[in-house]
Amino acid sequence: MTGMTIIVKTVAEWIKGFIIFYGVYIVLLGHLSPGGGFAGGVIIACSFIMMELAFGKDQAAKELSKHGSHLLDEYGALAILFLGLLGYFLPKLPFFSNVLMQKFSFIPFHILSAGSIPLINLAIGLKVSTGLYSVYIYLSHYDPRMQEDE
Amino acid sequence: MVEISIFILLVFMIIGMVFVLEMKNLLSAVVMMGAIDFGLSVIFLLLSAPDLAIVQIAVAVISLVIMIRATIHREIVETPSQESTFSSRVVMLCFLFLFFILIYPAFSLLPIFGEPIFAESASSSMKYLLEGMTQTGSPNIVTAIVLDFRAYDTLGEAIVLFTSVLGAVSVLRYRNRKKPGSST
Repeated sequence: MTGMTIIVKTVAEWIKGFIIFYGVYIVLLGHLSPGGGFAGGVIIACSFIMMELAFGKDQAAKELSKHGSHLLDEYGALAILFLGLLGYFLPKLPFFSNVLMQKFSFIPFHILSAGSIPLINLAIGLKVSTGLYSVYIYLSHYDPRMQEDE
Repeated sequence: MVEISIFILLVFMIIGMVFVLEMKNLLSAVVMMGAIDFGLSVIFLLLSAPDLAIVQIAVAVISLVIMIRATIHREIVETPSQESTFSSRVVMLCFLFLFFILIYPAFSLLPIFGEPIFAESASSSMKYLLEGMTQTGSPNIVTAIVLDFRAYDTLGEAIVLFTSVLGAVSVLRYRNRKKPGSST
């Protein structure tokens, strides 16, 4: 039985969803209110780290493993690059130009507005949350004694 | 009123810094760093920069957890107190005096607190403020600048984070021979 006491486990189980929900809210409304991909991604990573601290590394590896978080981090970086390359699909437009804003007309102050800005926010949120979580999990699980018997 | 609050918070942060430097216990110093980060976040909020305040408090919490996790398993060693001699203190005070003399012209060139620096209509920041909403459709001007006008810089920041993740993964990896299939 790894992890902390049953009180910490129960409370962590209760508030896990709220923290993830708050992080997703900050990411999704990054173009309307304060926040954005980086802040929301850090909050989501906080909830993952809380689960890892409360339940131990084996239970945390079932939800999001080291390899999986690293892969998601790479997919987030690729998504940002792809959204930047969208600018080349129209002639005479530079890298990272807001193509969706110029092709379609949006109602301002709605969630579906501002063209590709919410999509870039989502990609940055995915990248930051999984990237910080994988940095934490590699830092905390490192044991120098396991390297020596190689 | 804002200036007085910021001044009080700055004094609190400087006292906290002195505690962090002088504290023998490593864990207490880490917790004191959390208090300093919280003060900095409140200062950002008072200066009406809520984006920066959210990022500051979230990154402070996550780095605090990582630092506590890194320090709590190590055996906490009391650092040997170095006897600071009289000459070293004199040299330090001389350098502080020299620093203040050299930096005083730069301080006198700074604008008054709260004055907008680029208030002319021809400057680029005024252009962002005036046309940011109509050109990008994003009411949050910070997001409009970061993800539309200056999106190339944001790509650079994402690459910096990606490189740090790659560094952590490649330095701290295991080569476990017993379980080659499991991705540890």
